[in-house]
Amino acid sequence: MLPSFRYVRPRTVSEAVKALAAEGARAHAGGTDLLGCLRDGVFDAKSVVSLSGLDDLKGISPTKDGGLKIGALTTLAEVARHPGIAKGWPALAQGAAAAASPQLRNQGTLGGNLCQRPRCWYFRGDFDCARKGGEICYAVEGENTYHAIFGGSGCFIVHPSDTASPLVALRATVKVVGPKGARSLPVEKLFVLPAVDHTRETILAPGEVLTEVLLPPPLEGAKGLYRKVRSRGAWDFALGGVALALSVKDGKVASAGVVLSGVAPTPWRVPEVEKLLVGKALDAKLAAEAAELAVKGAEPMSGNDYKVPLVKGAVEEALLALA
Amino acid sequence: MADGKDDRNDLDTNGGVSRRGFLGSVVPAAVGVAVAREALSAPAAAPAVAELPAGEPAKLTLVVNGRTHKVLVEPRDTLLSVLREKLGLTGTKPGCERGECGACTVLIDGVARYSCLTLALEADGKKVTTVEGLMEGEELGPVQKAFVEEDAFQCGYCTPGQVMAAEGLLRENPEPGLDEIRHGMSGNLCRCGAYAHIFKAVDKAARFRKER
Ligand SMILES: Cc1cc2nc3c(=O)[nH]c(=O)nc-3n(C[C@H](O)[C@H](O)[C@H](O)COP(=O)(O)OP(=O)(O)OC[C@H]3O[C@@H](n4cnc5c(N)ncnc54)[C@H](O)[C@@H]3O)c2cc1C
Ligand code: SF4
Ligand code: FES
Ligand code: FES
Repeated sequence: MLPSFRYVRPRTVSEAVKALAAEGARAHAGGTDLLGCLRDGVFDAKSVVSLSGLDDLKGISPTKDGGLKIGALTTLAEVARHPGIAKGWPALAQGAAAAASPQLRNQGTLGGNLCQRPRCWYFRGDFDCARKGGEICYAVEGENTYHAIFGGSGCFIVHPSDTASPLVALRATVKVVGPKGARSLPVEKLFVLPAVDHTRETILAPGEVLTEVLLPPPLEGAKGLYRKVRSRGAWDFALGGVALALSVKDGKVASAGVVLSGVAPTPWRVPEVEKLLVGKALDAKLAAEAAELAVKGAEPMSGNDYKVPLVKGAVEEALLALA
Repeated sequence: MADGKDDRNDLDTNGGVSRRGFLGSVVPAAVGVAVAREALSAPAAAPAVAELPAGEPAKLTLVVNGRTHKVLVEPRDTLLSVLREKLGLTGTKPGCERGECGACTVLIDGVARYSCLTLALEADGKKVTTVEGLMEGEELGPVQKAFVEEDAFQCGYCTPGQVMAAEGLLRENPEPGLDEIRHGMSGNLCRCGAYAHIFKAVDKAARFRKER
């Protein structure tokens, strides 16, 4: 049985913000991650604030500038099968389709996918680790097969989301509404590295609700994809992966978003690779060079050095697929 | 699906007192009907916030397999536990209760979801279909029939969930190819490894549904 909590289902965003500002309140979108965390005692909830009554936060609609607005409560299944997203922002459609299982995509939302808690087995298990406010990171001396090779310090989770990296590559923004009003920020800025604060994954303050994701209009000659490598062919978190959002003009890369997944506590943007690609024709040599650069500076732990060649290969393959 | 049929007969929401139905309905002794509130079924002038205190049961209207049930639920009750323990619909199976195995799969508004990760209160106002609801009178429905004909199980524990996942898949995509079947069924694990037969059964079920 789940631990006991109060249930609140607001009908407006401002009521949701108010309910979420209360101590011990947790937002419930699809509930697929929240209920798992509550069941396993990862954290507790005095109250569960269900967002499911907020119809304004559901659905996908075009914006005036030719972009797309995706309500935070839109399910991953809807994102994955939306023909407009598959055409204009393929990395996102593929990321959503590659996440979790059919049932979880039917229930899990885009907002929840970005705000989900990490899957580190110590964190999910009975360990009072650093991310839960304890003293140590058990992954350092322990089992770290699925942990970070970039960006760790004090905590070495990998960000579990398959939509976050595509959204960063696509330079998407999110809108957040909280007690102090609304703000917009790049998806990239939503996430927090452990060096800044190892007890949280997003910058969301108590009471803040992620209300929508905004995709900028597709660039001319836009191409993209999301490549996810996992142990099984379906239903598994990424061992490593890469989201690409390129635009090609006159045979040359005009702009590039290259963001790794499954290897760092946040979606891991590699600006050096983005810079390398711009202005050049994408061919096998460039892809190999870019892949090499993408894993430069990787710091594998005792059990996850396989991730270095894995991600390198994924980047090269993904770039070649777009060449 | 003898199990499913029994459940249906067993369960008469209009006061049927089969043993299971009675045990399931817990109402009088534990909480007293007087405190049961209909907290969440939005009244005419819907308040801005619907709310239910921790541990306090409220009367929830659930539509399951076309029948309307009133059940007492508290905030932490999952749809899985309410289906099994309060409505006696034990076709829906508990497995991992963490979204990993698919044994608990049901349809909510026609879409496959895990009932273990769904609060009962979240099914408020939605149509729930369980494996019992796929029966066509006394006959097995097309997906159930295909699973039997293709011998798509060994121990059978995962089967109700597999059947519901297949039903959800076929409602969305009536003619899936093998690859689509494999992906569509990827949210359900089978410890006995009956996958090859399960995929065949889904393919056959698609044909049965078309011939109907
Ligand atoms: C077995 C399993 C396998 C999975 N595999 C994958 C995978 O391969 N790839 C992947 O990307 N994901 C995977 N997931 C995660 C799954 O996709 C997420 O559970 C889902 O996307 C979360 O969505 P939700 O709406 O159910 O979130 P919820 O569970 O409702 O919420 C998740 C968290 O975000 C917060 N939150 C939710 N919405 C908002 C909002 N709008 N504003 C502020 N905070 C919010 C909640 O408080 C909670 O802490 C898996 C999950 C499970 C259980
Ligand atoms: S990696 Fe992070 S979450 Fe995992 S044990 Fe270390 S501190 Fe905890
Ligand atoms: S019991 Fe629900 S997915 Fe395993
Ligand atoms: S038939 Fe035994 S678990 Fe699938």
